[in-house]
Amino acid sequence: MDQLEKHSYDVLIIGAGGSGLRAAIAAHEAGLRVAIICKSLFGKAHTVMAEGGVAAAMGNRNPHDNWRVHFRDTMRGGKFLNNWRMAELHAKESPDRVWELETYGALFDRTKDGKISQRNFGGHEYPRLAHVGDRTGLELIRTMQQKIVSLQQDDARRAGMPSGAHDGRLKVFAELTVTELLLTPSGAVSGAFGYWRETGRFVVFKAPAVIIATGGIGKSFKVTSNSWECTGDGMGLALRAGSTLLNMEFVQFHPTGMVWPPSVKGILVTEGVRGDGGVLRNSEGKRFMFDYVPDVFRAQYAETEDEADRWYDDPDHNKRTPDLLPRDEVARAINAEVKAGRGSPHGGVFLDIASRLPKDEILRRLPSMTHQFKELADVDITAEPMEVGPTCHYVMGGIEVDADTAAAARVPGLFSCGEAAGGMHGSNRLGGNSLSDLLVFGRRAGEGAAAYVKALQGSYPVVPQVQVNECMQTALAPLERADGESPYVVHQELQQVMNDLVGIIRRADEIQHALDVLEKLNERSRHLAASGPRDFNPGWHLALDLRNMLLIAECIARAALLREESRGGHTRDDYPAMSEEWRKVNLICSLSADGRSVEVVKQEMPPMRGDLMALFSVEELKKYFTPEELQHLPAEDRTDVERKVEVS
Amino acid sequence: MAQGHFRVWRGNAEGGDLVDYDVEVNEGEVVLDVIHRLQATQAGDLAVRWNCKAGKCGSCSAEINGRPRLMCMTRMSVFAPGETVTVTPMRTFPVMKDLVTDVSYNYAKAQEVPAFAPPPGLAPGEYRMAQEDVARSQEFRKCIECFLCQNVCHVIRDHEENKQAYSGPRFLMRIAELDMHPLDSLDRKRSAQDDHGLGYCNITKCCTEVCPEGIKITDNGLIPLKERVVDRKFDPLGVLKQKLTRR
Ligand SMILES: Cc1cc2nc3c(=O)[nH]c(=O)nc-3n(C[C@H](O)[C@H](O)[C@H](O)COP(=O)(O)OP(=O)(O)OC[C@H]3O[C@@H](n4cnc5c(N)ncnc54)[C@H](O)[C@@H]3O)c2cc1C
Ligand code: SF4
Ligand code: SF4
Ligand code: FES
Repeated sequence: MDQLEKHSYDVLIIGAGGSGLRAAIAAHEAGLRVAIICKSLFGKAHTVMAEGGVAAAMGNRNPHDNWRVHFRDTMRGGKFLNNWRMAELHAKESPDRVWELETYGALFDRTKDGKISQRNFGGHEYPRLAHVGDRTGLELIRTMQQKIVSLQQDDARRAGMPSGAHDGRLKVFAELTVTELLLTPSGAVSGAFGYWRETGRFVVFKAPAVIIATGGIGKSFKVTSNSWECTGDGMGLALRAGSTLLNMEFVQFHPTGMVWPPSVKGILVTEGVRGDGGVLRNSEGKRFMFDYVPDVFRAQYAETEDEADRWYDDPDHNKRTPDLLPRDEVARAINAEVKAGRGSPHGGVFLDIASRLPKDEILRRLPSMTHQFKELADVDITAEPMEVGPTCHYVMGGIEVDADTAAAARVPGLFSCGEAAGGMHGSNRLGGNSLSDLLVFGRRAGEGAAAYVKALQGSYPVVPQVQVNECMQTALAPLERADGESPYVVHQELQQVMNDLVGIIRRADEIQHALDVLEKLNERSRHLAASGPRDFNPGWHLALDLRNMLLIAECIARAALLREESRGGHTRDDYPAMSEEWRKVNLICSLSADGRSVEVVKQEMPPMRGDLMALFSVEELKKYFTPEELQHLPAEDRTDVERKVEVS
Repeated sequence: MAQGHFRVWRGNAEGGDLVDYDVEVNEGEVVLDVIHRLQATQAGDLAVRWNCKAGKCGSCSAEINGRPRLMCMTRMSVFAPGETVTVTPMRTFPVMKDLVTDVSYNYAKAQEVPAFAPPPGLAPGEYRMAQEDVARSQEFRKCIECFLCQNVCHVIRDHEENKQAYSGPRFLMRIAELDMHPLDSLDRKRSAQDDHGLGYCNITKCCTEVCPEGIKITDNGLIPLKERVVDRKFDPLGVLKQKLTRR
C-alpha cells in the first residue's frame, strides 16, 4: 500500500468556511497548533456565496435594537424549537464578533455617521444585517482568510523571519477531503483520515480534538442554492464516529431562487431584494403575501399595501410588509400560488424591484444580483421583474452540540460549529443568522477544543493502524471495481427523489416511498465504480461523497416521517398544524450498531430559563407552549414592562 | 436541445492534448454545464474546479477559445451555432490535470503582503468611516480571486523568471486596497515598488479587461498607487513617517 503522509496537530478543523476559519483563529489565539482542512481552494468555501448580510443587534440604524429583541426574533423564526441557550449566546455575542471583523480589516457599508450600516431582513424586527452590498459572505471569508495570513505573519516575526509567513502553528491543507474520523478504543477522537484531491494520496492526521465545520447538505436535493461541497460530509463523519444529529427534518427552502433558464435553477436571489423594497406578485400582478400571514404573526405584519410601504421609512409607526415573513412562510405561499395556477411562465412568481426603486439605487444596492440576472438569464432587474421560486438552501438540523463549548454529543474530543451543527435555529433560520452563528460558535468551538486539549496535559491519543487500513480500503473500493454503478447516475436519482418526495410539502406515504428508494440507492451505492486514475478524479470524489449524502438523506427522511406536525422547515400535508406536544421534542439520529441504518429517537428538550421566557408575552407563549409548561409563569405581561425599560 | 462540439485539453504535468467531444447543449446553459455533462456521460475523470456556479467563488477560471474567462459565466449562446468551443487551462500556472492548474503562486504572494494594521487606540466598535472613503477599497474587495488577471498579465504570462519579483495585478491591487483603507496604519508605497515589483507593470490594462468583477484594476488601483509612490519619493516628511510606522 501507499506511503502514508502523516501530520500531528493539537486541533484539527475540518472546513474553511466562516465557522472553520473563526474556530481556527480562536484555537491559534489560545496558543495551540492548528490545521485547517478543506475540499476546495482556500477562500472558496460555500460561505463565499452568502449575500444579504450578517445579523447583529448593534443598533446602528435603530437604537431600540438589542440582544433581547434579536433573541425574540430568532426564537419566533425557529418557532420556539431552538436550543434557547444557543439563541441567547448568539444574540448577545454577535455584535462583538462583527466589530472584531473590522479590526481584521473588513470594510462594511456605512451609515451616514460612519458606523456599520444595517439592512432589513425577513423576521428581524429592526434593520440588523451588517452587509457589503450583496456580497457579504465574500467579505467575511476574505477577511478571515487574510486574518489567518496575518497570524502566520505574526508567527514568522516571532520565529525571527524578516518577512513573509510561517505556517508551522497554523496551516491550511486545501483540496484535501476527510473521509473518516479516527478514534481511540474507548471512542474518543484521535484524528482523521483523508486524501489529497490533486493526487489521490492518503493522509493521516493525528489530533486529540477535531472541529467539524463542514457546512450543509444542499447537494442531496436537485434544486439548491448550495455549492458542490455541501454534501453533508461532517454529519456523516460524526454519525459514523458515534455522535448524534438533531432535528434533521428541518430543511430550509429559500423562497427566492432563480427558476429560468433550467441550468441556473436554484441559484439564490438574496432576500436583500425584498429587504430593500422588492415585492412578490403573482401572474395577476397581486401582492399575494398579504393573504398568507399566519395567526402567530398577525400582530407584527401590515394588513394593507399602504401601511407596508410606509414601513420602509417609518418603521416605528407602521407594521412591516408580509413579503418579509420568515422564509418557510414565504416559500409555502409561493408554492401555493403556483399550484393554484397563478405562477409565472416558468413555474415561479414575480419578484419586482424595478417598479419600486430608481435604477441607480438598484445598481448600488444590488450589484451582484443585477449582474447575475443579466449574465445568466438576460433579465434586466432594473427594468423588469425577476421570476423566482423555492430552492433548497440551508439545514437547521445538524450535529448535536453543547451550546457553550460546541462539544459534540457522545464523542470526547469532537466539536462542531456552523451549518454542520444543529439546534441554534430551531425549525427555521432567519436570514443573516447563519453568518453570525458562524462567528459566535466558530469562536466558541475553537475555545472549547482548546480547553479540552489543554486539560489532556499532553497525554495525546494514538492512532490505531487497523482503522487506517480500513479507511484506505473503503476509499479505494470504487477505483478498483472494473464496472459498477455510475456515481453520477446514483447522485442524480438521489437528488430527484429528495426533491420530489421529501421537499417543501411532505406526506407520510411519499416519505415512506422515498425511504424505499433510498434503500435501493444505498444498495447500489455499494457497487459504485469510478474509472480513471487517482489524481484529481471527480467521479471517484463523488463516489466517496455519496456515502455521506445518502446517509444524511436517510436521516432527513426518517425524522420527517416521525415528526407528525408542521413547523418551520418541515411541512406535513397530513399534519398541517403545529403541535405544543411536539415543540418539546428533539429528534435524535444515530447510526445502528451494525452501521447499516439510521435510528431516530425522541428526546425531551430542557425547559427554557425563566428570565428568557419572561421576554415574551404570555399570550404569545400560549401559541407555542403547553399549559403545564406555562403554569409557573406570572400572569402579567412582562414584555410590556421590559419594553418600557428598553425605550427609556 | 442541440449538439455542441467541444475540444477540451486533457493531460497532466507531463503533457497532454486537445480531445474532441460531441455533447448535448440545452437552452440557457453555460460552458460549465456542458463540462459537467461531459463528466457525467463521457469523461468521468475530467478534472475541473468549480464551487458556486454563480460567478461568486472564482474557482472555474479557464481559457475559452483562447480568452480567459469563468466557465460558469460564459453562456453557450455567445458562440455561433456549430462553432467549436475549445477549453484549455490557464496558461500562466503549471497544469496539474486537465483544466486544473497549480495556483499556489498566488497564495504565496498573498502571504507576502503585510496584513491590515489596525489603528492604535481604537477599540472594536469604535471604527468610524465615511461611505465614500471605504468605497475605493471596497471596489478592490469585490475580487473573487479567480486569478484571471494574473493569468493574462504579460509580465508573468510567458516569463516564469519574473514570478519571483512580481506579485501581479491581484496583489498589487491588494496593496492599493490597504493603502486606501481609511484606518490602515502602515505606509505601503515603498514596499509596493521594492518588494512586489510595481515597476514591472506598464499599464497595458489587459488585467482590467478580463476581470469578471469589472474592477478597474489599473485605473483605480495600480495607476494611483504608482502616482503615490512617485509623490512619496519627493516628500521627505512622508519618508520619515514611513520609517517610523514600518514594522
Ligand atoms: C447563496 C447563499 C446565500 C446565503 N446568504 C446568507 C446571508 O446573507 N446571510 C447568512 O447569514 N447566511 C447566508 N447563507 C447561509 C450561509 O452562507 C451558510 O450557512 C454558511 O456560509 C455555512 O458556513 P460554514 O462555515 O458552516 O460552512 P461552509 O462555508 O459551507 O464551508 C464548509 C467547509 O467544509 C469543507 N468540507 C466539507 N466537507 C469536507 C471534508 N469531507 N473534508 C474536508 N473539508 C470539508 C468545505 O471544503 C468548506 O471549506 C447563504 C447561503 C447561500 C447558499
Ligand atoms: S496593466 Fe500592469 S498588471 Fe495589468 S496586465 Fe498590464 S502589466 Fe499586468
Ligand atoms: S481582480 Fe478580477 S480578475 Fe483579478 S483575481 Fe480578482 S476578480 Fe479575478
Ligand atoms: S464556479 Fe464559482 S465562479 Fe464559477
